[in-house]
Amino acid sequence: MVRIDFNRLRFLVIDDNAHMRRILRTLLHGFGAREVYEAEDGASGLEAFTHYIPDIIITDWAMPIFDGLELAQMIRQPGANANPYVAIIMLTGHSEKKRVTAARDAGVTEFLAKPISAKGLYQRIVNVVANPRPFIKTKTYFGPDRRRNVNGSYVGPERRKGGKADLIRQPALLEKVRSPG
Amino acid sequence: MAPHKNTAAIVTYGDHEVINPENKLRRAVSDTPYIPGEDDPVARAERALAELAGEFGSMMDEECDRLDKQRRLVLAHGFNKANKEGLFHAAHDIKGEAATFGYPAVAAAAESLCRLIEYTPDTMRIPHRLVDQHVDAIRAIYREYERSDAQELAAILTQRLRDVTDEFLMYENRNRPDVLEQISGAPSIIPE
Repeated sequence: MVRIDFNRLRFLVIDDNAHMRRILRTLLHGFGAREVYEAEDGASGLEAFTHYIPDIIITDWAMPIFDGLELAQMIRQPGANANPYVAIIMLTGHSEKKRVTAARDAGVTEFLAKPISAKGLYQRIVNVVANPRPFIKTKTYFGPDRRRNVNGSYVGPERRKGGKADLIRQPALLEKVRSPG
Repeated sequence: MAPHKNTAAIVTYGDHEVINPENKLRRAVSDTPYIPGEDDPVARAERALAELAGEFGSMMDEECDRLDKQRRLVLAHGFNKANKEGLFHAAHDIKGEAATFGYPAVAAAAESLCRLIEYTPDTMRIPHRLVDQHVDAIRAIYREYERSDAQELAAILTQRLRDVTDEFLMYENRNRPDVLEQISGAPSIIPE
């Protein structure tokens, strides 16, 4: 088990629901985190991101002004802000496959379906801290490498041109979301 | 607060770049191994959450009151954009929070209301009675949660709501095969 010094990490929690913010704050403090900042919508979340420069953002999807997906897209703009590589964990009640795919394509690092659990949140944080994925930049995408598996049976064309990048073996995002806890 | 300076190793390929940013979070990984029997952070966080549990009832009261208020707005003024979003968010929050608050059976009924709003192409066509039935069911399941047969009754009630909702959604989306597939064939990825 990897030991994480949570007091060396700065968190930003963005959720329009005050109860959920309180639950997240309680869990993060329980893990040992000291620096937990909060915002209640996408716009103030972006402002807090710029101001506090958090190490990890935990954001809801459905929020006023602009939502968690739009927030992720705004942060994943190379050169446009202090840390476009920041880890983004999306915590949401949306759990359909199309939603997971949309979050992935917006540059979200990890996806966590509600109901939240201490174990599930801890695992996502350990993953972004201890096993970060490389970033991929194309004409249409900038974010963590979306290929978590090397699929030996894949027979389609190699969509990335100019040589294959090294891949880091990790469980597929969908499989991780399906796993309990 | 002064921004961190980002350094990254970039390898350029034909149509993409692979970037390995400096892992600044690595500083938080400790080399000190866990000692057997040592209190682990997950257990500590669970205890912290358990200490908050005394307030979960009042939190749930607030969420149910909010849902009722949104329902009244819809019944009084119809499904305009603000009322639609307000009712959906109230139901969606209950769907996401109810299990954490200790009322998982409430979440299933709230999920049915979310589906009704999300998958109806013209929300003006949603029967107000069906909205009423959902909101009343959510509040009743929560209110009667201490009954010994509460789980069983909640399951029956939710299944009935889901059946009626599915029938309505299948009709309203009869010309939208992609949505029909989502309604009928896309299981939730939340573990059973």
